[in-house]
Amino acid sequence: MNTPTLRASGERVVRVRGLSLRIHRRSFWVGLACLIVALGAAGYSLTIGDLPLSLGDVWAALTGHADPGTTRIVLDWRLPRVLMALFGGIALAMSGAVFQTLTGNPLGSPDIIGFNTGAYTGALLSMLVIGGGSTGTTVGALIGGTATGALVYLLALRHGLHGYRLIVIGIGVSAMLGAINSYLMITVKLEAAITAQVWGAGSLNTIRWIDLTPTILITLICLPPLLALWRQAGMLGLGVETASGRGVNVKLLRVALLVLGVVLTAAVTAVAGPIAFVALVAPQIALRLCRGPGIPLLPTAFLGAALLVISDLVARTLLAPVQLPVGVVTVVLGGGYLVWMLISRLRKA
Amino acid sequence: MSALPVPRAAKSAHGTLRSARSRTLILILGIIILVLLAALSLFVGSGRLSVAQTWAALTGGQVDATGIIVRDYRVPRTILALIVGAGLGASGALIQAITRNPLADPGILGVNAGSYLCVVIGAAFFGAGGTLGQVWWALGGALVTSVAVYLIGTAGRHGASPVQLVLTGVALGAIFTGISSAITLLTPEAFDKLRFWAAGSLQGRQMDTVIAVAPFLVLGLLIALTLSSSLNALALGDEVARSLGTRVALLRAVSIIVITVLCGASTAAVGPIGFLGLMAPHAVRSLVGPDQRWVIPLSMIGAPIIFLAADMIGRVLVQSELPVGIVTAFLGAPILIWLVRRKEAKGL
Repeated sequence: MNTPTLRASGERVVRVRGLSLRIHRRSFWVGLACLIVALGAAGYSLTIGDLPLSLGDVWAALTGHADPGTTRIVLDWRLPRVLMALFGGIALAMSGAVFQTLTGNPLGSPDIIGFNTGAYTGALLSMLVIGGGSTGTTVGALIGGTATGALVYLLALRHGLHGYRLIVIGIGVSAMLGAINSYLMITVKLEAAITAQVWGAGSLNTIRWIDLTPTILITLICLPPLLALWRQAGMLGLGVETASGRGVNVKLLRVALLVLGVVLTAAVTAVAGPIAFVALVAPQIALRLCRGPGIPLLPTAFLGAALLVISDLVARTLLAPVQLPVGVVTVVLGGGYLVWMLISRLRKA
Repeated sequence: MSALPVPRAAKSAHGTLRSARSRTLILILGIIILVLLAALSLFVGSGRLSVAQTWAALTGGQVDATGIIVRDYRVPRTILALIVGAGLGASGALIQAITRNPLADPGILGVNAGSYLCVVIGAAFFGAGGTLGQVWWALGGALVTSVAVYLIGTAGRHGASPVQLVLTGVALGAIFTGISSAITLLTPEAFDKLRFWAAGSLQGRQMDTVIAVAPFLVLGLLIALTLSSSLNALALGDEVARSLGTRVALLRAVSIIVITVLCGASTAAVGPIGFLGLMAPHAVRSLVGPDQRWVIPLSMIGAPIIFLAADMIGRVLVQSELPVGIVTAFLGAPILIWLVRRKEAKGL
């Protein structure tokens, strides 16, 4: 038990190079393991469904050597969903890493601060009141989520964003929006309400290629700047003075991170609805697995991908042939993790 | 039971005599406001009845539409608002007292969500319908959740901080709501039945609902009143309370059962109502201070005042009636936000 502690404290002396080298190595293996799990689960996910296929069939379909029927099932029906789970998981997890680093708070995730409820309200308004199609839903979700996030930040931003105030204010704002949501649900017909509720639970059931492309593009576009900024972002945890002293433009960095975080969440929420708790849980698990001083970006991203692919697999198979919305699975897993985290913190205190 | 607070009262006899009179005044004033609101509630609503028509329906025995609207709908609705409001107010005061947490509320802590989940399970898999069928499911859900929240909240040496407890409740609530929505999505009939109930509404409740939940609520309210002086001791900390002769574990257990009964019965009758249990005790404490012998009874009066007012606002604001749960969320959530922003100075 003592050895790792000694080693870690020994390494803290040679802060810059020794520590970062070691973190890199462990994070690398964790990241690689998560990536392999995510891809493995994704491959397995392609084989199951109404018509079970072998991995060989799937591979043939992916490389274009299968018969038209199999190719159609794999490429047109199953692949979009699996890809959405992969990239959605990456986007949500990275957005969670951004928010948690930004607020210095393990609970500072878009789920908790009301982004998702706001996105739901926006989507419901456009779905039920304006009657817009998927574009209307997407735009409504974007506006609703961003406006709610901004409102919560503004209300909480009085003496910085630290502490629990951000979260409780998020809960309060979410409660009001939740009230609006349930009112909207009872003003419409049953079919519309069920459609809305499926969206609101966060579902990958109806993802097509056309829905998927923006999410993949946004995730890929956001990744390089995030990777470039991540080292600086880690310094935010040292306090504004220290970070500025090391040549970080704190204000600019915060704005850039905020924009990236919001865009990443929105890219998923707008398409698949609010998928709860991936953004909250993935960075925390990655942090524990990598045992570094800050949240590691790429391991978090791959862990998020693995989480969402596996959750979607569970959602598809648990009550088959009925397909649950994936958000129901993530809320139970993530909520359970949150409860466990709170309990273990209390035990330690 | 009442032996404990006497020395406290005697010690500060000079100060409390005057404020005891003003507290009594507040109590009487509250009762008057409550009675007036309850009476007003009989005259307000969809149906567009004149005051004279309503009065005639109340006093006479005619069996026309007016009589039905007033006697079969408005009277039960008002009674229900009174007892459910009192129940939620008292459960809020109790839950804040036993957790020593100013942010505690049965809605925020997920107790109502637990009730809801069990009602959904009952409706979807066991065909439980109507308030009488729902009430036992709701009670069971409330019991499981409040015990879980309480156990988590008191884990560790110092127990949970107010916000940690709130987070636990929110996490549990999110899990329960997630499972509920999965079940309702699988069984559209249950979803259709429950989506109106889920918003939290007094609309359309009739005497059978009142009869189904009144015994639970009245019993719970009476027991809550008897607990108030022991809860004063608990406010001083577990050890002090123990040394003063309070049986802390028993007190907590009884309180949790009372909270369960009050929340479960309320949720069964009108659906999950948030924030009422948060608002009323805070308003009361700002008037009379932390003495539970005043906080609990006054919460039983203050909460139905807010509840009746919220219900009437919902009835007149929108033509098709706004469910009362939505109005209370809009009244209560800003109060939660305000409390947290204010409390920040104290390091909450």
